[in-house]
Amino acid sequence: MEALTLLAWIFDGLLGVGLLWLAWQALTSPDLFRAIVLFIAFGLLMALAWVRLEAPDVALAEAAIGAGLTGALLLAAFAKLCSITASEDAKTADGERIYIRLTHYWIPAVTVLLVAVGLGYVVLSLPPYVTGLSVEVAANLKSSGVSNPVTAVLLNFRGYDTLLEMVVLLLALLGVWSLGGSALRREAAPGLVLDTLARVLVPLLLLVAAYLLWVGAHAPGGAFQAGAVLGAAGVLLLLAGWRPHVGLMAWPLRLMLVAGPAAFVVMAAVLYMIEGRLLEFPPAQAGMLILILETAATVSIGVTLAALFLGGNPQNYKDQR
Amino acid sequence: MTLIDFLSAALLIAGAIFFLAGTLGLLRFPDVYTRLHALTKADNVGLGLMVVGLAVQAESWAVAGKLLLIWALVLLAGAGVAHLVAGGALQRRIRVWKR
Amino acid sequence: MSAAFLYALVGTGLFSLGLYGLIVYAHLLRKILALNVMGSGIFLVLVALARRTGEAQPDAVPHAMVITGIVVAVSATALALILMLRVAAETGSAELPDDQRESH
Repeated sequence: MEALTLLAWIFDGLLGVGLLWLAWQALTSPDLFRAIVLFIAFGLLMALAWVRLEAPDVALAEAAIGAGLTGALLLAAFAKLCSITASEDAKTADGERIYIRLTHYWIPAVTVLLVAVGLGYVVLSLPPYVTGLSVEVAANLKSSGVSNPVTAVLLNFRGYDTLLEMVVLLLALLGVWSLGGSALRREAAPGLVLDTLARVLVPLLLLVAAYLLWVGAHAPGGAFQAGAVLGAAGVLLLLAGWRPHVGLMAWPLRLMLVAGPAAFVVMAAVLYMIEGRLLEFPPAQAGMLILILETAATVSIGVTLAALFLGGNPQNYKDQR
Repeated sequence: MTLIDFLSAALLIAGAIFFLAGTLGLLRFPDVYTRLHALTKADNVGLGLMVVGLAVQAESWAVAGKLLLIWALVLLAGAGVAHLVAGGALQRRIRVWKR
Repeated sequence: MSAAFLYALVGTGLFSLGLYGLIVYAHLLRKILALNVMGSGIFLVLVALARRTGEAQPDAVPHAMVITGIVVAVSATALALILMLRVAAETGSAELPDDQRESH
């Protein structure tokens, strides 16, 4: 099997070089639009790297969130930036002077080179075979209620981290809303192709999100990936010109946004009163409780990501033509 | 390697050749519209061949059906996005390349 | 399991590239891109080091941490982009002023 190992080495080497080269091109490209597109391609290559490293859940999350949603956010912000700086002369947008003014240009380069060498040395001096926490995770997997170890870690063993992460998402949205700014403008009526694409794809996206949520218990998938697909459906709807009814943007929207963190907090409080410990599920009901938490988290994550893309407080936009 | 494995490998390699052709078109064609043409046509066929090559190795009809669904969705999204990119390029008055 | 170390080295390389870009570029959007590249490098190191378990399944705890990290990174990017747009709306350009020519 030596030839197979050689092929695997060539593939991994090419993938690593491709990642580094794409990142370098994305950072140093003088045209900002090209830089953003190269960054999206970089995210997709990262998803390949996750698959090579046997991390399919991370690959799903990276492809949906890291490449897809981050790309959409960057492009929307770049478009708004171009329209803000359009009255300035054109070179402000992507700069004939893109570097900061430094007296000695070699100081950051040498410093970063030293950091890189130091990090490489530290990484290479780590032991080559370490089991980490995989033994403990495998031993306790039966009593966790799910059979996918990543879901068990996310929702059961380290559920506290996930609770705080839901709050971080909410905080980011609060920050975006409180900085004012107008929501994404609705373009003139979308063409037939975009309209049909949205009509066909959004129900499919909802189905895929529900599937990912359900299958996360025993196969790669889970709440974050499903929430990312829901967010993508929301972004597609917003791009196709749909703006929800203003009445829906008051408390129904807020209810959906806090459903995730609230479910976690309520569950933690109830479990504390029953068991005396935060977020420690009784093994018999753990599967069902995890599914409830994941459903609330999916709805919250999807609506939060779509609202982050919209960019402004939805109650502030008038019907802009 | 059984016959199914040979068939699978042949289909995957054929798909890779189509992807190579599409990438060559992306790099060498002179304007946006011809590049879109190369990308959507060649890459979709390449993906279809790869999907069929994987589907013959699937362990059940459900998995093969999901793989074909992936191909159908990429076809749909690819065609729609190509239309939108070409429309955007026309709006920006990017001229069609004439020899 | 040297494939794990190959990807870990790529991750440190990405982190260093991102750090250099963060320091050296003046445009805020490039700084945000550099921050995202640094984050991706860190995630790559985490997941690559989780692959050192030999023939067994990789360690699931770093995978969960990286999924959390990806979601947090996208929300931080969204907030950073809105901040950049506010800076551009207030000052007219999305580049930070140099120290030698402070506007006020």
